[in-house]
Amino acid sequence: MTFNQLQTGSRRTMLKASLAALALGVSGMAQRAFAAADASIWPKDAFAAKSDADTLKLLYGKETEASDQIKLDAPEIAENGAVVPVSISTTLPNVTSISIMVTDNPSPLVASYKIPAGTAATVSNRIKMAKTSKVIALVESNGKIFSANKEVKVTVGGCGG
Amino acid sequence: MLRAVGATLAVLLALAQTAVADTTDPQADFKAFRAYFTKRFPKVPLNDFVNGPYSMDADLRKQWVAIDEFPPYQFALDKGQEMFGTPFKNGKTYGDCFANKGIGIRQNYPYFDEKTGEIITLELALNRCRQANGEEALSYVKDDMAALTAYMAFTSRGQPFDIKIPSDPRALAAYENGKKYFYSRRGQLNFACSSCHVQSPGEHIHTEVLAPALGIVAALPIYRSEWGGMGTTSRRLLTCNSQTRGVPLEPQDENYRDVEYFLSYMSNGLPISGPGARP
Amino acid sequence: MASTIRVRATNSGDTTEVQALVQHPMDSGYVKDASGNLIPPHHIDVVQFEHGGKTVFTALWGPAVAKDPYVKFSFKGAQKGDDLTVSWVDNKGQSDTLTTKIQ
Repeated sequence: MTFNQLQTGSRRTMLKASLAALALGVSGMAQRAFAAADASIWPKDAFAAKSDADTLKLLYGKETEASDQIKLDAPEIAENGAVVPVSISTTLPNVTSISIMVTDNPSPLVASYKIPAGTAATVSNRIKMAKTSKVIALVESNGKIFSANKEVKVTVGGCGG
Repeated sequence: MLRAVGATLAVLLALAQTAVADTTDPQADFKAFRAYFTKRFPKVPLNDFVNGPYSMDADLRKQWVAIDEFPPYQFALDKGQEMFGTPFKNGKTYGDCFANKGIGIRQNYPYFDEKTGEIITLELALNRCRQANGEEALSYVKDDMAALTAYMAFTSRGQPFDIKIPSDPRALAAYENGKKYFYSRRGQLNFACSSCHVQSPGEHIHTEVLAPALGIVAALPIYRSEWGGMGTTSRRLLTCNSQTRGVPLEPQDENYRDVEYFLSYMSNGLPISGPGARP
Repeated sequence: MASTIRVRATNSGDTTEVQALVQHPMDSGYVKDASGNLIPPHHIDVVQFEHGGKTVFTALWGPAVAKDPYVKFSFKGAQKGDDLTVSWVDNKGQSDTLTTKIQ
């Protein structure tokens, strides 16, 4: 049950659920959503783009150059295309954004992360891959876009194949 | 080395042909089963067999370690804990049906019930507990049962399997039936459980790396990336039947319980690793 | 459970490592159900992490992020006992938020 659904439910349900959460030692309490995530910043067009080039243009509006200072950690052969653990880290300076593209997915853009000052230029996540494809890490450093890529083989596709 | 493995395999398969009564010797089977796997995979630490395909393939293992760091079965676990702690309408709890209030006991299942002559699996015990307390049985293949068994497995994590086969002819017959089921071919593909999990562990079938039969029940229930959700022991046995194009039995069918009994006994001493994440 | 969000935030020195796991179907819109109909896309769009009134990390997610999504990152400037707030919103306007104490 999402907190959203809880809020629209009865007060008794909410209280019972909160008590249950406390009893189980959940760290933190579900709170009213005044610290809500801002949906308006979602780059709709970039996520809809169908090619690496279009994605880059819509997401960053810049060309990219290869960098050996980006470490892209992804498996040789994905055990299942539905859940592929991928990590990206970089020694490039003043990183403000890290993004991931999977060239042969229906739309290449998988995720994009905003890195403010004080946050490390490292991210780990789990992605879906429809089939064997290049996985591309994009890093925005000092306003320029750098990339690294790795081919990941997929035998069981992550898009319901 | 290969010849030794081949010889052990032959002994193992020959054991499968033995008749019940006078030649049932679970301890001898246990030794042969264990020797077969440890000889075939000398580099795999004994306790690592419970990690299935991950004990067989380094690249797969790395992905599993990444996923297990914060595993997707976390939600089933939390739900299971909540369900387990919520009293039935009559005020009793799951804990009242089990030894030690149901905590840290998963490694004793399945067991042979001397009163009824039945093999009791954990899933069966949970539903009997519910029914004895005026609640409806849960589906054996859906999320609620998976959540409960995930929680109970979790409270037993690291505990070694401790399956007992008393010298009761009914227990020995159940064990022997489970063994026979495991080694018998069935379905359009004419596979036995052993075809994949004894003869070909570590190898690829289509896209999957096969888990060794040794320790194979230790990680259940599992969250499979392929299912995008949890699967109980019952579900896993059913799908194995479907995958070999056989007709699946009803969940908790006597044969399924017997094969779980057999496989769990073969895993005695190996640690409970459930709930598990799998491809 | 009250929340879809599970967080582990652990501090060591000046660095806090954050791992978040969110219960969400992340339906891509490309998968068919048992009747052969496409399951419509239903995925988290934005996840924001806040500490001390400042956003320390933002995830912009799409349909190709795995189901029950996970993310890990680290940031500086927090201490044990500080609050960390995680919020998400999805393409259907559903949302959830959780505040936890950094360990």
